[in-house]
Amino acid sequence: MTIKAVFRGLCAGIALGFALPAAAATLTVATVNNGDMIRMQKLAADFRRQHPQIELNWVTLEENLLRQRVTIDVALQSGQYDVVTVGNYEVPIWAQHGWLMPLEDLGADFDREDLMPAIAESLSYQGTLYAAPFYAESAITMYRTDLFEQAGLSMPEKPTWGFIREAVERITDHDKGIYGICLRGKAGWGENMAFVSSLVHSWGGRWFDMQWRPQLQSDSWREAVGFYVDLLRNYGPPGASTNGFNENLALFQAGRCGIWIDASVAASFVTDPRQSTVADQVGFALFPSRGDLRNHGNWLWAWSFVIPAASTNVEAARTFVAWATGRHYAQLAARESGWANVPPGTRQSLYASREYREAAPFAGIVLEAIDVADTHSPAAQQVPYVGGNFVSIAPYQGIGTVVGQQLSAAVAGQASADQALAVSQHIAEREMTRARYLQ
Amino acid sequence: MSSIHSRATARLALSPAVILLLAWMAIPLAMTLWYSFHDYQLLIPRGNEFVGWENYAYFLTDPAFLHALVNTLALVGGVLLITVAAGIGLALLLDQPIYGRGIVRVLVVSPFFVMPTVSALVWKNMFMNPVNGLLAWLAQLLGMPAIDWLAQAPLLSLVIIVAWGWLPFATLILLTALQSLDAEQKEAAQMDGAGALARFRHITLPHLARPTAVVILIQTIFLLSIFAEILVTTNGGPGTQSTNLAFLVYSQALLRFDVGSASAGGAVAVVLANILALLLMRLVGRNLDA
Amino acid sequence: MAGRHGRNKLVFTALAWVLALLVFFPLLWTLLTSFKTEGEAVAIPPKFLFFDWTLENYAEVWERTDYLRHLRNSIIISLGSTLIGLAVAIPAAWAMAFSPTRSTRTVLLWMLSTRMLPAVGVLVPVYLLFKQAGLLDSRSGLVLILMLTNLPIMVWMLYTYFREIPREILEAARMDGATPLRELAYVLAPMALPGIASTLLLNVILAWNESFWTLNLTAASTGPLTAFIASFSAPEGLFYARLSAASMLAIAPIVVLGWLSQKQLVRGLTFGAVK
Repeated sequence: MTIKAVFRGLCAGIALGFALPAAAATLTVATVNNGDMIRMQKLAADFRRQHPQIELNWVTLEENLLRQRVTIDVALQSGQYDVVTVGNYEVPIWAQHGWLMPLEDLGADFDREDLMPAIAESLSYQGTLYAAPFYAESAITMYRTDLFEQAGLSMPEKPTWGFIREAVERITDHDKGIYGICLRGKAGWGENMAFVSSLVHSWGGRWFDMQWRPQLQSDSWREAVGFYVDLLRNYGPPGASTNGFNENLALFQAGRCGIWIDASVAASFVTDPRQSTVADQVGFALFPSRGDLRNHGNWLWAWSFVIPAASTNVEAARTFVAWATGRHYAQLAARESGWANVPPGTRQSLYASREYREAAPFAGIVLEAIDVADTHSPAAQQVPYVGGNFVSIAPYQGIGTVVGQQLSAAVAGQASADQALAVSQHIAEREMTRARYLQ
Repeated sequence: MSSIHSRATARLALSPAVILLLAWMAIPLAMTLWYSFHDYQLLIPRGNEFVGWENYAYFLTDPAFLHALVNTLALVGGVLLITVAAGIGLALLLDQPIYGRGIVRVLVVSPFFVMPTVSALVWKNMFMNPVNGLLAWLAQLLGMPAIDWLAQAPLLSLVIIVAWGWLPFATLILLTALQSLDAEQKEAAQMDGAGALARFRHITLPHLARPTAVVILIQTIFLLSIFAEILVTTNGGPGTQSTNLAFLVYSQALLRFDVGSASAGGAVAVVLANILALLLMRLVGRNLDA
Repeated sequence: MAGRHGRNKLVFTALAWVLALLVFFPLLWTLLTSFKTEGEAVAIPPKFLFFDWTLENYAEVWERTDYLRHLRNSIIISLGSTLIGLAVAIPAAWAMAFSPTRSTRTVLLWMLSTRMLPAVGVLVPVYLLFKQAGLLDSRSGLVLILMLTNLPIMVWMLYTYFREIPREILEAARMDGATPLRELAYVLAPMALPGIASTLLLNVILAWNESFWTLNLTAASTGPLTAFIASFSAPEGLFYARLSAASMLAIAPIVVLGWLSQKQLVRGLTFGAVK
């Protein structure tokens, strides 16, 4: 008996002795597979040095797959992930259901007051911050200064859609494989619909009226979508209906696009001579407007970290989130790959820093684009929703997906813009009824 | 005739497989049926109330539903047509005495080992891409405009991608069957002065009926639930032109997170799959005398 | 006579090689692209052999991901599910082949019909069950589910193979008083081995390439190579060369296994199609 007890005690002691250094936590972190996140994984060695007791386990996935898996995990409270990467679309919805840990008080280095107000606002629910932004973006107009010069054009700082159309017509040169315009055509609420939503908002349209009735066949929608489809079909690259952000980025970097209107994070990629063949021929301007309206689409997206309420490692997770989104990380990323590649859009201090402004010629325009984005009144008319490049309600994923498919078909020439919108309106009504926003 | 004793042993030997499959089928299916009558949307938690047939009505009136049904059949049919026809051709060729038959066979079977996500990614990007794809370059060489495969012919593109993966399977089964065809039988026919075409029609083709039936049956089982290839290439589009039933259910479950309607869709798919299975067994099963 | 035969052989050989290379070409092209730089990967006209061969894509993929862990998971999951599946399928197929009853055919077809359900329709139920059982992101969970999805195919394949075994031999053994276990071990097993080997190979391939459950029921630690390739499926910018390198890494083990074992694979792959 006693020998057994001693033996048992010994075993336990040994186990404890071995366990203690590792006793802390292993965090499972789900991230999207874009450049900034991959760089962060490399830089995580710094985090491990500071917190050797916290192990990191990465799950890196393509955006759609990531969204599916973490949504199921979080909604069913499985607790497989301790830190999850999501956008500002999900944050208020998930926070409302109590699926997320509040992220106030992440420490001095995190410095909540330094966050861009518009971004912090979009990641809060009832005044409480539920997500820490890693990088944020609005949308801007990127164009080829050399092509503009050749055509005798000059891009105004605040272009109108009318000007864009005129410029696109003049720049397009099919023989040389230069397409005047590149825009997202790939179906998806985070792909073509991000652009179309902003376009429609800047055109004076809205998704829903105050009674939540879909407005997809209103004049603004028909004009804006007609404009978009026509522009892409006549002056866009072949295969435009399957081009998303990545495909357009590749086309622009290869010198095939005259104008590309897309997320502002692209600015650092297209000006990076290591990836882009046109790095020193890129100019920037705001997202176009209709001219008579001072609405630039209100695109605002922030890839952010949240901690699911079901996580069993909340403290360690908070430590990690504070490291990855804190002020120190910007210094780290700058040392590693230069100031131009620091995750943009989240902190006022970054835009105030001289180093960043010098290294990133696009800093001013990006800051302005984020500043003018107003997600609380994105349309000219009153709306019941928050959003810009999306609508922050649960049924939007479904609606955006289906409408995105329809518009993608229109870009592919398989249906007219009006037909696509008629089907979209029907489906939007169905979905809103199903979600009981409508009777 | 087996004794009672051995019959009992046989039953015992069979039971683990039957019980496992029964559980595998019954438990998730029962849960699916239960959810299909309840309001269960992951992003709109409302207490999962009973809603009767609402989910079914919603799923069946989805404008994409009929499209998906037709696409499912077109995908299965298209792939079967290509793999069986090309499979017979290839098998006949590989049955001839040729130099380096071993290597040729290795080359032909290779696509079968490639995971669907990889083959879809390769085809989509490196071949069917209208700007950088190899097929676009080929078209240009021939002086034709580049085809935007996935936008202009989404279903055909999918059929090609999937058929590429299944062609080896059909070829192998048909080839094995050909090789078992009695050489003497063929020679006898040759002696009788039967021409190559007549030999093919009266001896070879009938002999291939059975393996063809097997190919159809097995491939249908897998082709009915094609999913990864669609997800990676067309995402069901443009519009819903390449959405099949499995993908439609997926879009309910994992894009709208609507478990209720996805479950209704799952139940509908189960019923349809079983109808098709029955039909297939009738048509093909006779050939199998299993 | 011989001359004509020789010419025919040459013609057939040429034709067969052309077609085989055509079928194989997508893989060959991926392999070549994986050794190019990103610029050369999209060069027009395409570069077939004359480019600067580089290993940088493999280095990049290697550095970015934990390839060996994914590889280990793939091996464990595909082999585990197949071996357990065989343990269940062999007795079942044996019973059906040698003591058939009137319901044998029905049972077999019913088993096959379970394979026709779209997996996505039962995802949420299975996910919830797995969550309850603590099987999420576990290799055993995946082994279980892949075993179940492939079981019908295994049973059928084995059944058709076993049926080819002449019954007289078995009956002779029974006369000699062999127990069912001895019968299985000494008489049946040696004759059935090729069929079992081929079933094993086919199911390892199917399990290796399964990309619905392996993606939806895993998180960090147990994702197999299907999860590995998913992290490359839409990176920022089009990286054809890197994608090709990742693709080659994901499929190389199973393709090589397939090549080495294709003779064994084919032997049992008839599903009763050959009398």
